[in-house]
Amino acid sequence: MNVFLSIKQFFNDLRRQKLRSIMTMFGIFWGTCSIVLLLAFGTGITEAQLKSQKGMGENIIIIWPGITAKEFKGLPKGRRIRPTDDDVNYIKERATTIARIAPENGRNMNLKFGRQLTSRNVMGVWPEYGIMRNLIPQMGSRFINQLDLDNRRRVIFLGNLVADQLFGDSVSTAVGREILVNGLPYTVVGIMKEKEQDSSYRGRDSRMGFIPNSVYQAMFSERYSDDIVAQCKPQFTGEIMRQEILRILGEKYKFDPTDVGALSVWDTTEGFAFLKNFFYAFSGFLVAVGIATLITGGIGVTNIMNVVLEERTKEIGIKMALGARKSSILLQFVLETLFITAVGGLLGLMFGALIVKIVPMMGGEEFIGVPRLNLWGSMGVIVILGIVGLIAGIFPARRAANLQPVQALKLF
Amino acid sequence: MAHNVIYMKQVKKRYQTGQVFFDALRGIDLRVEQGELIAVVGPSGSGKSTLMNIMGCLDVPTGGVYKLDDKVVNTLTSNQLADIRNKKIGFVFQAFNLLPYATAYENVEVPLLFARVSGKKRRERVHELLARVGLADKMANKPTEMSGGEMQRVAIARALANEPDIILADEPTGNLDSKSGGAIVKLFEELHDSGKTIVMITHDKSIAERAQRVVRLKDGLNDTNGDLS
Ligand SMILES: Nc1ncnc2c1ncn2[C@@H]1O[C@H](COP(=O)(O)OP(=O)(O)OP(=O)(O)O)[C@@H](O)[C@H]1O
Ligand SMILES: [Mg+2]
Repeated sequence: MNVFLSIKQFFNDLRRQKLRSIMTMFGIFWGTCSIVLLLAFGTGITEAQLKSQKGMGENIIIIWPGITAKEFKGLPKGRRIRPTDDDVNYIKERATTIARIAPENGRNMNLKFGRQLTSRNVMGVWPEYGIMRNLIPQMGSRFINQLDLDNRRRVIFLGNLVADQLFGDSVSTAVGREILVNGLPYTVVGIMKEKEQDSSYRGRDSRMGFIPNSVYQAMFSERYSDDIVAQCKPQFTGEIMRQEILRILGEKYKFDPTDVGALSVWDTTEGFAFLKNFFYAFSGFLVAVGIATLITGGIGVTNIMNVVLEERTKEIGIKMALGARKSSILLQFVLETLFITAVGGLLGLMFGALIVKIVPMMGGEEFIGVPRLNLWGSMGVIVILGIVGLIAGIFPARRAANLQPVQALKLF
Repeated sequence: MAHNVIYMKQVKKRYQTGQVFFDALRGIDLRVEQGELIAVVGPSGSGKSTLMNIMGCLDVPTGGVYKLDDKVVNTLTSNQLADIRNKKIGFVFQAFNLLPYATAYENVEVPLLFARVSGKKRRERVHELLARVGLADKMANKPTEMSGGEMQRVAIARALANEPDIILADEPTGNLDSKSGGAIVKLFEELHDSGKTIVMITHDKSIAERAQRVVRLKDGLNDTNGDLS
């Protein structure tokens, strides 16, 4: 009953002082809502960008053939440098920074199963390629393996969309089946597990097929690779690996390792590092904005508490004159602050959550990602605002409650 | 000899403003018996309000002894003082001191809440009190929606909420015109007739006439009507 009566008293007061309560609540609401949104969109954008990097593969660089742009040891410029599979093995044997390396060829081919016919990009690759590029086989299937490569087996690994297109409803039985690739029979050994982010420099992996590079080269009498994909060991950077590869091939083909024309290289880790730094900065910015918002919210709450100090001190004086104990006055303030903070905070959280739900429906997921509610962060915000409000509210209240009633009545 | 509800001996109050000290009460000797009606008079600044606030436990003396029902008040804890203000003494201010945002009903309810009177009893009591001061129809009015006389009657109803033995009033008609003041005076007379002990700062003739004693204050000292032998 004790507590119940305090609550009755407390709601009486709250209802009477609607404007003040609403203003304070709004301050808390606003602070919580903006921080919830900042956290949610920050998380979403960061994840979207990192994911698009990961979909292509982590720590990889891609090397294309080129033409020397510098003279070197008496050799003229303008020579073509075109690495072969042997060169890839040559690099693999000598380099210390490389975790995986594989050649890559590709062109459009006709894929046919039954009456389904489609023209798709088919790549000649090595087994390592699948790991580097995150081409993960579905359950009960596999990627191209070393035996396929050594024995020039006509096997194919299909992107999930191509598989769907060729096999339709019977896609679950596709593994082991034969399809025709440019008129020749190939056995399907695997289907790619759907990737959330599967675009790369050659188009979407889900719409491609992958065959052993040895088969590819035999089919088109191809000696050279379109490009080479290499993945560095985690302790090295893409740049160090690039320099090592250029040095090794430079020795073999006699070109200046600093010659940017000899081979063109795309270091995806550069972008990755940039993104990582960018998002560190971005997170820092978010934290700063969040802290500023909290401080503003705290000042707002403190201000409101101070604005009403006069009124409140008189109210406290009246209540003490009527027999309120110090503890019940303080309890009232604590309840009030907690209630206002909780309601304002929860409303802010809910409103933020609503926006987080609505915004993705309007599209743009590739860039801003899926904003995700950071529940703990948001709760933290509410708690901090509550503490700020409590401190802001409790000190004037305590000061007033420590006065003699007549002093509180006459203070202003 | 009748029971002393209020007993003061050499009660002093010294105010400090910065470095300046001021003795508002310089040694009050006063005794009030159960059921008495006492009028306190004196020029402005003589310390009447100061005395009344100490009597009502709204302030503490800086010297002397104050006994309420034979208990020394000086040494009580703040919670004990709060309970005295809540149940034993009803205080009526010149400036009404109603909670500005609360209705008449809610204002009268406040002391009952602090006394932890439960719902149904509380409601009955508030209705009864407001009816007694003639404001049964103004229950939902806020102070801004009432006249001065009505506000003071709400304040009286509130002072009576927990049936205190003692009613203290500091110029309860000071802010009122003579007609509404008359109604308030009549209320106090009724209270006196019903056996309450009343101490009131007033210049009202009819109260002074009814009063057992009129205590005169001057420069923080009272005359012999304090009746302390
Ligand atoms: N808080 C205070 N600090 C300093 N001096 C005070 C304080 N309160 C009252 N006084 C002084 O004490 C003296 C007595 O004040 P008090 O209010 O008791 O007078 P009063 O007899 O009630 O006068 P009035 O008839 O005008 O209400 C006054 O001179 C006043 O200035
Ligand atoms: Mg006075």
